[in-house]
Amino acid sequence: MNLDKKITDDLVANDISFVTTVPCKQLAGVIEEIDQHPDIFHIPSNKEDEGMGLCAGAWMGGKRPMIIMQNTAIGVTINTLATLTQYYRMPLPMLISYRGELREPVACQVEMAVHTKALLAQMNIPTYHFHNQSDVEELDMILKYTFMCNKPVAILTDANFWGGYGDQ
Amino acid sequence: MIRSEILKEIAPILKDQLIVCNIGIPSQELHAIMDQPSNFYMLGTMGLASSIGLGVALAQDKTVISIDGDGSVLTNLGTLPTIGNNMPKNYILMIIDNGSYGSTGDQPTYTGRKTDLAAMARAAGCDNVVEVQDVDTGKALQEAIDAQVGTVMVVKCDSGNAKMPVITMDPVIIKDRFMKAIEA
Ligand SMILES: Cc1ncc(C[n+]2csc(CCOP(=O)(O)OP(=O)(O)O)c2C)c(N)n1
Ligand SMILES: [Mg+2]
Repeated sequence: MNLDKKITDDLVANDISFVTTVPCKQLAGVIEEIDQHPDIFHIPSNKEDEGMGLCAGAWMGGKRPMIIMQNTAIGVTINTLATLTQYYRMPLPMLISYRGELREPVACQVEMAVHTKALLAQMNIPTYHFHNQSDVEELDMILKYTFMCNKPVAILTDANFWGGYGDQ
Repeated sequence: MIRSEILKEIAPILKDQLIVCNIGIPSQELHAIMDQPSNFYMLGTMGLASSIGLGVALAQDKTVISIDGDGSVLTNLGTLPTIGNNMPKNYILMIIDNGSYGSTGDQPTYTGRKTDLAAMARAAGCDNVVEVQDVDTGKALQEAIDAQVGTVMVVKCDSGNAKMPVITMDPVIIKDRFMKAIEA
C-alpha cells in the first residue's frame, strides 16, 4: 500500500483543501504528495503554532484545514491549542509523526516521545496511534469525527507505521 | 497619537470590513470603539493575528485586515516570510508599531530601538510595504484597501493605552458571528 497516496486521497475525499506543514523525515513522502495535489492548497509554516493560526483563519474563511507536523511540536503549540483551537471550538486534524518510538534511531527524539501522549491526554485531545500500516484504514473515520466534534484531534504515526528507517 | 486614537480615527474605514484584531488592549479598544460582527477578537494567542488573518484571506475573496502589534509580530517572525511568499491580493497586515508591549504596561520592544519591521517585511518577501506615521494611517489604509495588491502597513505611533472594559463575549459567539459575516 502507498501510505502517502492513501492518506492524501482520504484528505481530498473529506474536502480538506488547506494543509499546512512543518516537515519531519517520516512525513516527507506525504508532504510531497499533498504539495503536488491540485485539490489541496499547501502552505508551509515556519513554526507549528503559526500553522495553527493559518488553519484557524482558513476554517473561518470556509475551508477545511489540516496540520502535518512532528510530535515535538506538541511542546510548541500547547498555548495555541488551548487559547485558539479549543477556546473558539474549531476542528483541526493533526497528522503527527510520532518520533522517539520503537525503531527510532535518534535518542533525543525519545525525550518528547515520553511526554507526547500525556500532554495530549492532559489537553483532552482525542488521540489515535497508528502503529501498523493497516491502522490507516481508520483515517477516514477520524477525519469525519474531527469535523463532527469541532476539536483538535491527534493522529500519531510511529516509525513502525511508516516502515522504519532503513539504514539510518 | 496612541493606538486608541488611531483606531477611533480609522473606525469609519474599518466599518463592515473583516478584521482580525490583536490580543489584549488592542481588541478591547476596537471592541469599545466599534464592535461589529465582522471583528474577530483574538483573545489569548499572542503572535497569531497575522497568521489567522492570512488564513482567512487565502480561504475566501473578501478583504481582510489584521490589526497586529510590533511585539506580536516579533514573537511570530516566521509570519513575515509566510505572508511574503503567499500574499493574496485581499490581505492587509496593519502593524501598530508603538515600540512597546502596550497591553502589559508599555515595556519597550526592539522596534523602539534598532529593529526596523518594514525592512524586515521587505526582506521577507513582502512586495508592498508602507511605513506611515500615526496621522496618515487612514489615508494609507484606504489606499491599501483600494489597491487590492496585498499590503503590509507599519504604523509608527506612541505607546499608551486607553482604559476600556474587558471583552466578555463568548469566544464561540465571536467566531460564529465572524463566520456569518464572511458568508454574508
Ligand atoms: C505567550 C504569551 N506571552 C506573553 C503574553 C502577554 N502579552 C499579552 S499582550 C502582550 C503585548 C503585545 O504587544 P504588541 O503586539 O506590540 O501589542 P500592543 O499592546 O503594544 O499594541 C503581551 C506580552 C501572552 N499573552 N502570551
Ligand atoms: Mg506594541
